[in-house]
Amino acid sequence: MIDSIRGRSLLTLNDLSRDAMVEVLDTAESFVEVNRRAIKKVPALKGRVVASLFFEESTRTRLSFETAAKRLSADVLSLAVASSSMKKGESLRDTIATIDALGIDAVVMRHQSSGAALQVKRFVPHVRVINAGDGQHQHPTQGLLDAFTIRQVLAERQGCTGAETGSSLFEGLHVLIVGDIRHSRVARSDIAAYVALGAEVRVAGPGTLMPIDIADWPVNVVEDFDEAIEWADVVGLLRLQKERGTGSFVPSLAEYTFTHGLTWPRAQRLREGALIMHPGPMNRGVEIDSRVADLPAAVINRQVENGVPIRMAVLYLSVAGSGKGADQ
Amino acid sequence: MSALVLRQGLLVGPSTTQVGDLLVVDGVIAEVASHVDVPRGAMEVDAEGCWVGPGLVDIHTHLREPGREEAETIESGARAGAVGGFTALVAMPNTEPALDNVALVAYVLERGARTVLDVAVAGAITQGRRGEHLAPMAEMAALGVRLFTDDGIGVQNPSMMRRALEYAMPLGVTLAQHCEDEQLAGGGSMNESLLSGRLGLTGRPALAEEIMVMRDLELVRLTGARMHFLHLSTARSIALVDAARREGLPVSFEVAPHHFTLDEDSCETFDPMFKVHPPLRPRSDVDALRAAMRAGLVDAVATDHAPHAPELKDLPFDEAPAGMLGLEHVAALTFEALGADQCDPHRFFELLSRGPARVAQLRHADGNGALNGHGGSLGVGERANLVVFDPRAQWTVDRATLQSRSANTPYHGRELTGRVRSTVARGRLIVDQGTLL
Repeated sequence: MIDSIRGRSLLTLNDLSRDAMVEVLDTAESFVEVNRRAIKKVPALKGRVVASLFFEESTRTRLSFETAAKRLSADVLSLAVASSSMKKGESLRDTIATIDALGIDAVVMRHQSSGAALQVKRFVPHVRVINAGDGQHQHPTQGLLDAFTIRQVLAERQGCTGAETGSSLFEGLHVLIVGDIRHSRVARSDIAAYVALGAEVRVAGPGTLMPIDIADWPVNVVEDFDEAIEWADVVGLLRLQKERGTGSFVPSLAEYTFTHGLTWPRAQRLREGALIMHPGPMNRGVEIDSRVADLPAAVINRQVENGVPIRMAVLYLSVAGSGKGADQ
Repeated sequence: MSALVLRQGLLVGPSTTQVGDLLVVDGVIAEVASHVDVPRGAMEVDAEGCWVGPGLVDIHTHLREPGREEAETIESGARAGAVGGFTALVAMPNTEPALDNVALVAYVLERGARTVLDVAVAGAITQGRRGEHLAPMAEMAALGVRLFTDDGIGVQNPSMMRRALEYAMPLGVTLAQHCEDEQLAGGGSMNESLLSGRLGLTGRPALAEEIMVMRDLELVRLTGARMHFLHLSTARSIALVDAARREGLPVSFEVAPHHFTLDEDSCETFDPMFKVHPPLRPRSDVDALRAAMRAGLVDAVATDHAPHAPELKDLPFDEAPAGMLGLEHVAALTFEALGADQCDPHRFFELLSRGPARVAQLRHADGNGALNGHGGSLGVGERANLVVFDPRAQWTVDRATLQSRSANTPYHGRELTGRVRSTVARGRLIVDQGTLL
């Protein structure tokens, strides 16, 4: 278990302790304030170079990371390599070596292959690698920003700051994650974060979209989705990739909506004060009814907004930080 | 006259052992005795404390030529084989283009004849290994091809496989299958398991292998044709083939060193060095393979030596090609799996020489032209294809010093016990003191 990401790469949430996560959340909270200033910039990473390397297309995560790095005054090298390294004719190793040769402190990386961030860490051990999503494996900053959003909203209701609550608001919190768990790196990171922070997590989805190792996950599988909706304090929906709904995994998108969509009638069964979350981009009318997505309970825009402070916190701790076990 | 004497080794015949000298004259074993008077000018090899047995035979080598010469050539693969103790290799047909016709087979045989050891060829079952149309097996058999396989992928269509077995049977050749149902394997890159789920890697379930083993056993039952199962990797697969053999079906199977030494946990690092098809399995399967080897249920250890250029193993796990090197360390790994100091030398040579030579029909009795005289019994008059194995030698695998053109060994840095000291192929000493001459 890693007790702090100070001076370290962030590749997965599976090995982060509760303390390490709370440290990121608390740090992010201090950066929320920065984002509300007229001059949204602090000199924390002045003179540092952060490379943003997206092998897979992603608008929001990329913008969010690059904004975060710039607000910390880092120089950002942005490389769009939205094609597989094979097609490009260059190996991952060479791509990363080229960027490393430019002199970088950290690389933020998105890749369609599971484990790619870990491999890159092996190729350039002296660089901090921030995993911005690797295949179906992990999306650590998404997990952290989702946890941050939950804590923020619940703390506001109690009239205090999130930092004052530590991880206490997660104790016994009921979180239901719905959809394509099998192919989702968001689900893997969300669950790691929620469970480490003390929440009770259940998952729901069609049998074909459950991971085969689900019995080994620290979650329970819901048999009756409609009942579980009444149990949940937080409902986290996952995006259903349209190609999964063509009969390959699910007979049709309409059938998915029928079995696992958060429809208007289902939303009526939600507990009072329950939160609805979605990592985006949403398929309105598939996993979530359009009207439900616009309910006050849906904190989806908050999630997007919180992406920046969380990524600022991760970059700041990882790149500027030093501590026990820091990368060489 | 050229003469060579192997001095005071433990001579491991098929059923007996004795310490003694073995004299080779003009490429043939001339005398075996507790002490042999050395003819003048004979070369002497000190084999004291070592095992002397028939040269090792690999029935599953990817030599990559033609098409992928940057990864391996017939010549470099033969050198790797020589230091690994091999005197015969069977070149797999998944080259580019595939070895599916006489011209290509003749090319590989001709290249192989120029190397230090014997290179036989496994031909493709179907044209281009596409699983659609039968390759000209009779023509290839006339050149001495005795094994046919589309290895790299199994023949997916059961009707095609049935026809291939029916066609092969009267030719006296053996079809060898890479058992994995690709529909079920679903483009996966590691074993399907709790770990693959956690790592977010698509799995290749054990069932993808086992279901094809079941299918093909039934096709063998239907057709009566002989079949060899390549690199079986699960306890269930082995049990299925073993049960069928007890019933009298003409089947045999091999295991690969990585499957009996490494388990799926190696994939946790996402290092494509550990990617292979069929994939590395859980520890329970590794243990089952070892138990089967010790119990004498396994026909052959076969390396599935699969060189890949370094840039291909620098790709992400799911994009990288499958396969790893095997020739240069398989003897030590087999020795270790058979219990190291408990290792029965008869079993060792059965698995690495006599068994595979039988499967590939490379023994003297198989009468396969120039490519015979492997997996012998150390009898006078046999072709001298021999190996001297030192069961006490300690060494460390170093990918920088391999003879192979490639370096994709998962064993880099691993300390091993037991090493090939000398190799005698076609009567010539080609490796001595572990070094290629």
